[in-house]
Amino acid sequence: MSVSKLEEKLSKNQFVVTAELGPPKSASGDDLLKKIRQLKGCADAYNVTDNQTATVRLSSLAGSVFCLRENMEPIMQIACRDRNRIAIQSDVLGAHALGIRNILCISGDHQSFGNQPDTRNVFDIDSTQELMILKKMRDEAILWSGDKLQTPPSLFLGAAANPYGQPQELHLIRLKNKCIAGAQFIQTQSIFDLETFDDWINAILKQKILGNTKLIVGVLPVKSLKMTRFMANNVPGTIIPNYFIKRMSSALDEETEGLKIASETIEHLRNVKGVAGIHMMPVNWYSSVRPLLEKANLIPNP
Amino acid sequence: MIIGEQKPLQEICDLIESHNGKRILVVGCDSCMTVALAGGKEEVKDMVAELRQHSKSHGNDWKIKGLTLKRQCERKYEETIATDVANCDVVLSLGCSIGAQMMSEFYPLSNIVPGINTSNMGAPEKHGIYKEKCIGCGDCTIHKTAGICTLARCAKGLQNGPCGGSVNGKCEVNSDLDCVWNLVYEALKAKGKLDDLLILTPPKDWSKSHSGGVRTVRAR
Repeated sequence: MSVSKLEEKLSKNQFVVTAELGPPKSASGDDLLKKIRQLKGCADAYNVTDNQTATVRLSSLAGSVFCLRENMEPIMQIACRDRNRIAIQSDVLGAHALGIRNILCISGDHQSFGNQPDTRNVFDIDSTQELMILKKMRDEAILWSGDKLQTPPSLFLGAAANPYGQPQELHLIRLKNKCIAGAQFIQTQSIFDLETFDDWINAILKQKILGNTKLIVGVLPVKSLKMTRFMANNVPGTIIPNYFIKRMSSALDEETEGLKIASETIEHLRNVKGVAGIHMMPVNWYSSVRPLLEKANLIPNP
Repeated sequence: MIIGEQKPLQEICDLIESHNGKRILVVGCDSCMTVALAGGKEEVKDMVAELRQHSKSHGNDWKIKGLTLKRQCERKYEETIATDVANCDVVLSLGCSIGAQMMSEFYPLSNIVPGINTSNMGAPEKHGIYKEKCIGCGDCTIHKTAGICTLARCAKGLQNGPCGGSVNGKCEVNSDLDCVWNLVYEALKAKGKLDDLLILTPPKDWSKSHSGGVRTVRAR
């Protein structure tokens, strides 16, 4: 039985759309709702990021609860950078009690990228171990230590992957370990270079790495040439080939070209075997998501 | 070995001046800080000269003496300099933090100031370049990762493979740094033991590390 709409749709092999919501640097729910409402109705589930790029923002737990209030299904991200196993297990119990079912287990960007570079990181566990712990809580109704849970959480567990991680062999081992540890879905970093992506997924299918785990692939609409260049040079693990940068620099209208590139990527992904859905990562361009999905006829049925 | 480097001269002078004393004793260490080129005989000699220069240009009228101990972290060597310590106002330790702490413990009424920023447990890579190798977790498992400690040598201390920021064998934190998981991968691949990477490493028992409280080790 499925614990979330996302799990249900994926289990029926229906193409899913997830969208990423970065909470604001704000203590106001209204500021968050402005972002939430731009995405409302666009996706099957919404990732609420956990202080992404190590920048302090409204928490992923609170953001997920705001999504639930809007009848939007959240995927709560939990990074290992900022919490030890005590805090993570406690947050998961609380999140479940509040109605959250989908959790994405991630290591987290290093703090040197963010606005608190002088902080001390935690990394008591890594994302694979986070999956092992949460799976145990769900399947065996115990904490990692063995303590029995009065009521275990029902969870749909996810993890991240970078299709451009090199050497590929090493990164595929890492992905396989995440699947074995308990990842039921994988969300990838944004993809641009389709040829390299196809090589990656072909290797995954050939080596039967995913098992029953579903793969949701990241699409990031770029708004400007400046942003494309910034992404290429500053975002960990992101590879943007030169020909995309050339396309953006010779475009009459950068936004139109950015949308066109994203549209082409979506169309390509829909026809790739092994891709169970797309993950929209609008960064600071939330208004791009709806028209892109409408064009692709991918707005989910309410 | 312990890796450390000298504090900036200005910081050292400020630390000394904060004690308002004229008689300064610079104490080096023949052990790790000598290998680290931070607090051996040569560095003590240079430090004494630099402090004299500073004293001259600032009119401090400092009387400075330098010496080194075989191992500043051991009581039996600390006690050999009792007279020198008694005859000074400030001791500048060019031992690691452990040496400076042992000196403070042995001479609790003296003013001991640290001249070294102690960094890590590691090894010389080449002359004057040192790299971190160990975090002292109290439960060594490097045999599982080709003799390479990922806890010490990955910026996130990951235990089950590289993060998504590892690209072409380099770390997301600094592209000059090797991704340690790539080093593990290369080493295991060369040995034909890549399957070792498919064994999941469960959450670590950190109770044997500093997390379990300050540790006392008793030799068997």
